[in-house]
Amino acid sequence: MSTARALPHEAALLHVTGAARYVDDIPVPAGCLHLAFGLSPVAHGTIEALDLAAVRAAPGAVMVITPEMLPHENDVSPSAHDEPLLAEHMVHYVGQPLFAVLAESHGAARRAARLGRSEITERPALLDLDAAIAADARFEEGPRVYTKGDAAAALAGAPHRVSGVMEIGGQEHFYLEGQAALALPLDNGDMLIHSSSQHPTEIQHKVAEALGMPMHAVRVEVRRMGGGFGGKESQGNALAVACAVAARLSGRACKMRYDRDDDMIITGKRHDMRIGYDVGFDALGRIEGLSFVHHLRCGWAQDLSLPVADRAMLHADNAYHLEHVRIESHRMRTNTQSATAFRGFGGPQGMLGIERVMDEIAHALGRDPLDVRRANFYADAPVNRMPAPQAEPEASAAPPPPPPSSPPHGHAAERDLASRGAAGAPEVEPGDDREDGGRPEDSDGARREGAGTQTTPYHMPVTDFMLNRLCADLAERADYHGRRARIARWNADNPLLRRGIALTPVKFGISFTLTHLNQAGALVHVYQDGSVQLNHGGTEMGQGLFTKVAQIAAERFGIGMEAIRVTATDTAKVPNTSATAASSGTDLNGMAVLAACETLCGRIAALLAQLHGCPADDVRFAGGEVIAGNVRHSFAEAVQIAYQARVSLSATGFYSTPGIAWDRIAGKGRPFYYFAYGAAVSEVVIDTLTGENRILRCDIVHDAGASLNPALDIGQIEGGYVQGAGWLTTEELVWDDKGRLTTHAPSTYKIPACSDRPPIFNVTLWDEPNPAATIRRSKAVGEPPLMLGISVLMALSDAAASCGPHYPALDAPATPERIRAAVMRARG
Amino acid sequence: MDTTLKINGEERVLQADPRTSLLDALRHHLGLTGSKKGCDHGQCGACTVIVNGRRINSCLTLACMHDGDEITTVEGLGTPEALSPMQQAFVTHDGYQCGYCTPGQICSATAMLEEVAQGWPSHASADLSGGMELTDAEISERMSGNLCRCAAYPNIVDAIRDAAGKGER
Repeated sequence: MSTARALPHEAALLHVTGAARYVDDIPVPAGCLHLAFGLSPVAHGTIEALDLAAVRAAPGAVMVITPEMLPHENDVSPSAHDEPLLAEHMVHYVGQPLFAVLAESHGAARRAARLGRSEITERPALLDLDAAIAADARFEEGPRVYTKGDAAAALAGAPHRVSGVMEIGGQEHFYLEGQAALALPLDNGDMLIHSSSQHPTEIQHKVAEALGMPMHAVRVEVRRMGGGFGGKESQGNALAVACAVAARLSGRACKMRYDRDDDMIITGKRHDMRIGYDVGFDALGRIEGLSFVHHLRCGWAQDLSLPVADRAMLHADNAYHLEHVRIESHRMRTNTQSATAFRGFGGPQGMLGIERVMDEIAHALGRDPLDVRRANFYADAPVNRMPAPQAEPEASAAPPPPPPSSPPHGHAAERDLASRGAAGAPEVEPGDDREDGGRPEDSDGARREGAGTQTTPYHMPVTDFMLNRLCADLAERADYHGRRARIARWNADNPLLRRGIALTPVKFGISFTLTHLNQAGALVHVYQDGSVQLNHGGTEMGQGLFTKVAQIAAERFGIGMEAIRVTATDTAKVPNTSATAASSGTDLNGMAVLAACETLCGRIAALLAQLHGCPADDVRFAGGEVIAGNVRHSFAEAVQIAYQARVSLSATGFYSTPGIAWDRIAGKGRPFYYFAYGAAVSEVVIDTLTGENRILRCDIVHDAGASLNPALDIGQIEGGYVQGAGWLTTEELVWDDKGRLTTHAPSTYKIPACSDRPPIFNVTLWDEPNPAATIRRSKAVGEPPLMLGISVLMALSDAAASCGPHYPALDAPATPERIRAAVMRARG
Repeated sequence: MDTTLKINGEERVLQADPRTSLLDALRHHLGLTGSKKGCDHGQCGACTVIVNGRRINSCLTLACMHDGDEITTVEGLGTPEALSPMQQAFVTHDGYQCGYCTPGQICSATAMLEEVAQGWPSHASADLSGGMELTDAEISERMSGNLCRCAAYPNIVDAIRDAAGKGER
């Protein structure tokens, strides 16, 4: 078995010897030019003139590209065609590219770009949510609203009621490898792009559009990224398009890499968000009615903001069963960087809203927040119906997707079908009688007595819930109750330092909410020597996807990992890929790879069965051998026999997630194939005089299904938790009153360092097969653990609450200043 | 101007603008791309190399200041066939995710162990006169200049502890 094992990273030896190549490490052809953008110094205004004479005359400068020189489209948007590569007429944020310089070196290009002079007539800029709300500057015609039950009536009738507003900060991705692209002009005007991108097909699409060529003229290759975290889903478009256009205009290879400061100033970040809440509840803290109002600061362009805001709404319930709920979401337009995808894709912000509500209800009632959380949990699914891991999940089990109920609209060439920003074709509503094979719930319909059919606020039945069991297990492992009592005693004796503890759960929906993106392809070649090369649509950014897919292939062929080579993601090998995003990389691509392997094994088995007179079903691939009846061949021998019998040893595989359909306008349907679960207990200490704080201990139990690779999954969980804790504590983005980002380097923007991780850090996998028929019954693990970091904010709130009788209402990020203010609020 | 650098045991003559940083010299002039550029500000540690036995951020120093110096980059610590103990420990403990910070982490950790051996105190040391134990707190404090955005820190610390010969966990 190659899966379910902690095998090392496929590029381990390359990483530790410095031999792993990232885009900036690729040897470039002689004459390669380097690009840099000249940036707008103004947040909003009309471009009157650009004086670029000094740029052109700068040492090493070869060419300056301005918008009128662009050969075709001037757009790098993944959604609404509202994001010019180079600003025309108007600028919309400080840092918007105005022109591009081509120079003989990276340094020469950057120095030359600084010499540009722009004459811009400033216009009033909308820099924050208040300004955007006052001006009603928004994306979409009005707010999206999801409702279930009657929240207003339930609120009016509830015995207890609290309301408030929470501010949640954004987050810079700070992928350690900055954005980078390299364009190599080929014959016939074709273009080869190396890009640090989570979405090669998107790069291909935008480059083709910019060059005015069909997609077949552009090939995009991505070997690996030095971190992505969502920041390379759409934000790499500008560099790749600029390089491609520059290569077209100059006839030379062109490379672009953002300097760190430029990267932080130009590219989008996690959406910051304001959540208003009004909740009615009973004496035990059970929610009777709840109303949320989300305001997201989307920045200047639409980018992926609509699905991000949707996902925030889709996680407004987190783990809690709400009978009467209303969620209203406003997507506000501001003159700042265009906020974009970031691990969790709006889910973390939406989830934080209801965790704040739980915390405040508990405070209002004087109850343990964990008791209030448990009182509101969905009911667990029955345990005994969990299936054993399938030996061979049906990789191609997906029924053909329903055709769109109306024809696609818009010009085909302009529609960005592979982007999460695409306005999807209307989905077919799943009926009660849907026959999908992958529906997680079984037909026994057994649920905990009295639970009824529990549904999310978007009317999806929750049938795989497990957090009652998981949190009980975690509370015991972490000695939550014992420590809470000890912390209370410790706090009683310590006026200056205060401790706090919190257990928070995560329920995260897995699938792209734009249903048609839930598909993947793979290409597998078996060579005469028995070595296997495989390729799929996913990209490697450190999450271990390549290792997992190699394990899947090695297991199916019954051969060692050393016989498998996963090659760089390449639009010429597997076309029409979705972004490696939404935690879906392994779910989708692993299944596609398995489908291709099944095809190849089937061909070899059929041949050997014929040769050796046994049923094809009896041919096994194991231990480096192919065993047909009484005859054993090495895998390489079997392959050679197949080759000489003229059997094709190359196959594609395809997978589409079954049984999902979603209407994002109505807020109804089944957007997710299943949910991933987890919970964390964090203990913190704060200094009430300074707000200084640290995490003392963290205990996590996380659900990765039947883990494909426990080492990789635990790494994702630890890393996600720390990144989530960073988002909610030290990572503060600050803009000045001119709209300039003042935190544009690690000197002023603090991400977690080695000494910031909890000194006691216990992570346990909840090793239970996924009821949904995913690859080897595993679960997606990329994004969900980030939200375990919410326990840190709630523990800080608990510590602050120990300082006085009032609710501390601690917002995020909980910087020392905010913690100090929360302590003062608690004291009143 | 010409600068002679002894890089990974080999004398290399660098012809570059005197304003060229050591990192750019390594990456752009000498073809050693193992050292990474994360921030170019001396704050992320991805460019850490060892100069005359001490770890430094190669983006914060000019190549021409190192005429005659012995410089070790990640490429000089070991090869895939013959890994250094620290490199092997990072493989054993999965001390990375995306791998971009890894060369800097490994160079930094290699030199850090030497600092501890020589009794250099850190902020986390109980005793300034040396003889400190390599606790998790010591490792974390001493490695806090090498950022890992994937936050593979638990495995990085495990790897360093292992390489230091104290693999109690």
